[in-house]
Amino acid sequence: MPVFDVFLLEAVVNGILLGGLLALLSLGLNLVFGVIDVVWICYAELIMIGMYAVYVLHVQQGWPLVLAMAAGIAAVAALGALMHHFVIRPVLAAEPINQLLVTGGVLFFLQAAATLAFGIEFRNLGVRMPPIAIGEMSFSLPRVIAFVVALAGVAATYLFLTRSYIGTAIRAISQDRQIMPLMGVNPDRVFTVTSALGGALAGLGACLLVLQYDIHPAIGLSFGPITFMICVLGGLGNVLGGLVAAFIFAQFISVGGFFFHIEWGYVIAFAFFIAVMFWRPQGILGGK
Amino acid sequence: MLAVRNLSAGYGSFQTLFGVTMDVNAGESVAVIGPNGAGKTTLLRAISKLIPLGGGEVTMEGRSLREVPAHEVIAHGVSQVPENRRLFARLTVEENLRMGAFLPAARPRFGERLEFVYSLFPRLRERRAQPAGTLSGGEQQMCAIGRALMSGPKLLLLDEPSAGLAPVVVQSIFELVQRICGEGFTVLIVEQNIRQVLKVVDRAYLLETGHIRSSGTAAELLASDEIRKAYLGL
Repeated sequence: MPVFDVFLLEAVVNGILLGGLLALLSLGLNLVFGVIDVVWICYAELIMIGMYAVYVLHVQQGWPLVLAMAAGIAAVAALGALMHHFVIRPVLAAEPINQLLVTGGVLFFLQAAATLAFGIEFRNLGVRMPPIAIGEMSFSLPRVIAFVVALAGVAATYLFLTRSYIGTAIRAISQDRQIMPLMGVNPDRVFTVTSALGGALAGLGACLLVLQYDIHPAIGLSFGPITFMICVLGGLGNVLGGLVAAFIFAQFISVGGFFFHIEWGYVIAFAFFIAVMFWRPQGILGGK
Repeated sequence: MLAVRNLSAGYGSFQTLFGVTMDVNAGESVAVIGPNGAGKTTLLRAISKLIPLGGGEVTMEGRSLREVPAHEVIAHGVSQVPENRRLFARLTVEENLRMGAFLPAARPRFGERLEFVYSLFPRLRERRAQPAGTLSGGEQQMCAIGRALMSGPKLLLLDEPSAGLAPVVVQSIFELVQRICGEGFTVLIVEQNIRQVLKVVDRAYLLETGHIRSSGTAAELLASDEIRKAYLGL
């Protein structure tokens, strides 16, 4: 096999690994939008807070990494529930643009709060893992871990939504909000659980990203727009569409970056996004 | 079992019920009949607390529902089949039935009640894994009734079960209602299809423009001149 093909294969595999992570990131955002009909523009900032939480607990407080990550997930889940209670609930009946602005406000609030608390310097966990070599190809271990854990997170979310009562209610409420009380369901409680689940998924994403990237207050800007675009590409609120779009988008970034330059990968992916918006503004798998 | 006393209710400033008083006793089937816009659906929505009670009182087994939030009414044993069925179209039949058993007290008995509903409506068992939106109108009504039975209600409220269904199906829906009554459930049914509903219930109230105009056993109402002239075209 010529060397060229081996590196192309490596890029494809890296794209798949990235796709798994992006799928997880898009899932939480999609879920919240699909159920509550509000876009959390600040979703990536919740992830940023989760990364800092793991950093503080592990590096500064000396907690074991796994414990710090579990606490980080719980903290962001709580943040999601608080966000619903104090920010989203008061504007549930408001115009979509106002809902967008309010979550945008939370974005800047969280960024500013993180800057105040931690400064603008880059921090990291200092965890070093050896790459995995397969023949002439080599893969980053944190990426492989991120892929496996992300898929496990997606699968766990799927089981929760299909097997549990409250998960079924989460899917039901997006279809008919008015009659939920006739089932004995308090809609506000379902929204709170959905928000906490969205937060927990952001927290899990944070645990996986913090293994690969340095933390700084503006880190959300480097994957927030991608996450949002993947959701739109798949059809905002369409969970399955988001998963498919994540893997497509990741291939554009990875393989596009292989053929040209890593920055070009993003340019190509975004150009693809714009083209799809002309062709299917409702998203690849979006209905209506 | 259910007592409605001098109930007024409506939507915002638009009042649709004016001092309605009625009773449903344990084990009986009662209909509220009347023309379109009489306030029949409003009455059921008020009993289920989907809209607030204006004046008057609603009690279930002696306990007032005035301060009970909508999602806790079902815990008092009142379950409603809403107008137009309102199934969760993209959930499967069985998931719709699971939603009917959402109440924590109902969950341990899910398997047993599922069996009961499937024995009542064998068609639903065949279609259990199918999205509810793909069912025929009659099957959807079975699913909606089954969903409401999953909480093990004492009182079943049926809102226009025949609405929007083909005439052949309407007949089978009333047979279905009759079977539910025969199973020992207490039923309050709201219907425009007066002639057919009076054949399956014990008693009925005639509701017109938000007022109870007349009441009696089904046979009495079927025989009354007022009903025969205005609603049965005789």
